[in-house]
Amino acid sequence: MTILRLGEHHAFEAADQRYLYLVPSAAVFALDAPAGALIDALSDDPVSRTDLIARVSPQFPETDLDALLTELEQIHAVRPAAEPAPEMPAIIPLTPVESFPLTTAVLNVTNQCNLSCGYCYEYSEDKIVDTTNGAQPKFMTDETARKSIDLLFRESGEVKVVHVSFFGGETLMNYPVLSRAVPYAKAQAEAHGKRVEFNLTTNATLLTTKMIEFLAEEDISVTVSIDGPRDMQNRFRVFHDGSGSYDVMLPRVRELLQRHRSRPIGARVTLTSQVNDILGIYQHLTEEIGFQEVGFAPVTTSPGRDHALDGSGFDQMVTQFKALADEFLRAALAGQHHGFSNVSETLGEIHKGVSKAYPCGAGLGLIGVATGGDIALCHRFAGSDEHNLGSVTEGLDRGAQQAFLERNHIAHKTDCHTCWARPLCSGGCYHEAHTRYGTTTHPNLHYCDWIREWTDICLRIYGEIAERSPRFLNRFDS
Amino acid sequence: MKHLTPINRKAARIAAAANPAPAGDVVALQEQGSGPPQQPEGPHIPLGCSLAFQPGWEADRNGGTAGLCSPVERDLFDCHLGCYWPAHVPDQLNHAPDWTSKCAAAQKDWRKIDLIFP
Repeated sequence: MTILRLGEHHAFEAADQRYLYLVPSAAVFALDAPAGALIDALSDDPVSRTDLIARVSPQFPETDLDALLTELEQIHAVRPAAEPAPEMPAIIPLTPVESFPLTTAVLNVTNQCNLSCGYCYEYSEDKIVDTTNGAQPKFMTDETARKSIDLLFRESGEVKVVHVSFFGGETLMNYPVLSRAVPYAKAQAEAHGKRVEFNLTTNATLLTTKMIEFLAEEDISVTVSIDGPRDMQNRFRVFHDGSGSYDVMLPRVRELLQRHRSRPIGARVTLTSQVNDILGIYQHLTEEIGFQEVGFAPVTTSPGRDHALDGSGFDQMVTQFKALADEFLRAALAGQHHGFSNVSETLGEIHKGVSKAYPCGAGLGLIGVATGGDIALCHRFAGSDEHNLGSVTEGLDRGAQQAFLERNHIAHKTDCHTCWARPLCSGGCYHEAHTRYGTTTHPNLHYCDWIREWTDICLRIYGEIAERSPRFLNRFDS
Repeated sequence: MKHLTPINRKAARIAAAANPAPAGDVVALQEQGSGPPQQPEGPHIPLGCSLAFQPGWEADRNGGTAGLCSPVERDLFDCHLGCYWPAHVPDQLNHAPDWTSKCAAAQKDWRKIDLIFP
């Protein structure tokens, strides 16, 4: 007699339809009424197959419940109780690690900045690397930029499209080098028979008409770090003398948005305990300034800092995220664009059924290059000896990469093993974990509840769209 | 699947894996009888011929002959009837015309094949 129990899953409802999000496969299935009844009947304790069918059959005498149970077993929504959950295999995608291609290099073209934002992870108390008196040069040279690009192409294997990101410090403080790196990368792409795409993150205070012209001409995606209306922007995003940056940045951003239309220009907002009016910020950035995409992220900081979001801060954030996500849903059902990119990114991952062994591409397909040419996990670790993966001169240290990937695999994050949201979260940002817990291997336990709540919100939106306007989801197919 | 609808792409792949498209029938040794032919008539190629290089006919995965993909007895007839290699069987024209008369189906009746001494 087979005793059955439920497999790992998260159940949700949307548009009067019941769904299962299965873990760890990340598949989303819609259930009909008999399937829902079987799931309900199993939700308390394991039951034998015969008892289970006997319990549900009075409700659905016409249904072949045995066949239905087989379907549920095939998708692992129902499993034999005696069988242990399958073990999480580690390091599957990386054998051999040498053949794992790079797709993205983030070039920290400078570690200097003309602002001194109070929460900056690069300069504040939580910084990892001494960017003022440390060993790394303040600006990347042409030679290092070229070597970084060479390394990216050399290590990109069969990948057809590679990405070069420019980051800082304030990226535009080293505009000369980045403006020469772009044509160099394009020439290399042609020589290798590949395509290269660029993006750049900036605080926009140094943008000139000439730079805007260059960004538009060269088709470079731009993300502007900006916190919202004047009072919120000026709360943390200030110059070295303490004066706010809003009035300096605004006319330049407007000019950028007007001239550069080939790529969506995104805004990236840092949420703190003081700057957290998400609906107001979104409305200001889209309607009053004209951004097409706005993404929000809570500040990365060690606990107890003045600007850190605490429990109630996270709750408030989720409530507002939910309200803005509802706006997104209404727009999607009407076939219109909505620029709340936190939702569209999560929907894209849900649609594909992404199930991550690692929270992001850092150290996997993405590397950060420090100003001096040291390779790091990502731009946030640029220059850190502890997170070094070689240098653009010596080459990518595949041994260090392998060791990092083995250490940081979700299989070792035991706290995550009972969490249904792990296919999408996989423990969260390495840098956040390093700042909070002192190591990249630690899952970000301080925002688990928030991640689960947010994933549930996005799953409901996904279910609602799948039921009422499925064609909208085609945009996530590519 | 009848009761579950795959919604995202991963679900579609799982559903496809659970209900694979029906595979083609194995027709190699099936009799065609009076029904429609299982596969179009083609040139006769002896099964299990070392010249046609069909791995698995000499020995099975364990090195024995119990699980061969074609029965060993098959080549006894294939080689001297359909092909050009009669040296391993008795001379049926003159010396032993009836040596297989008790063997209606080689797979079943091969033990009934007469021992022939020259």
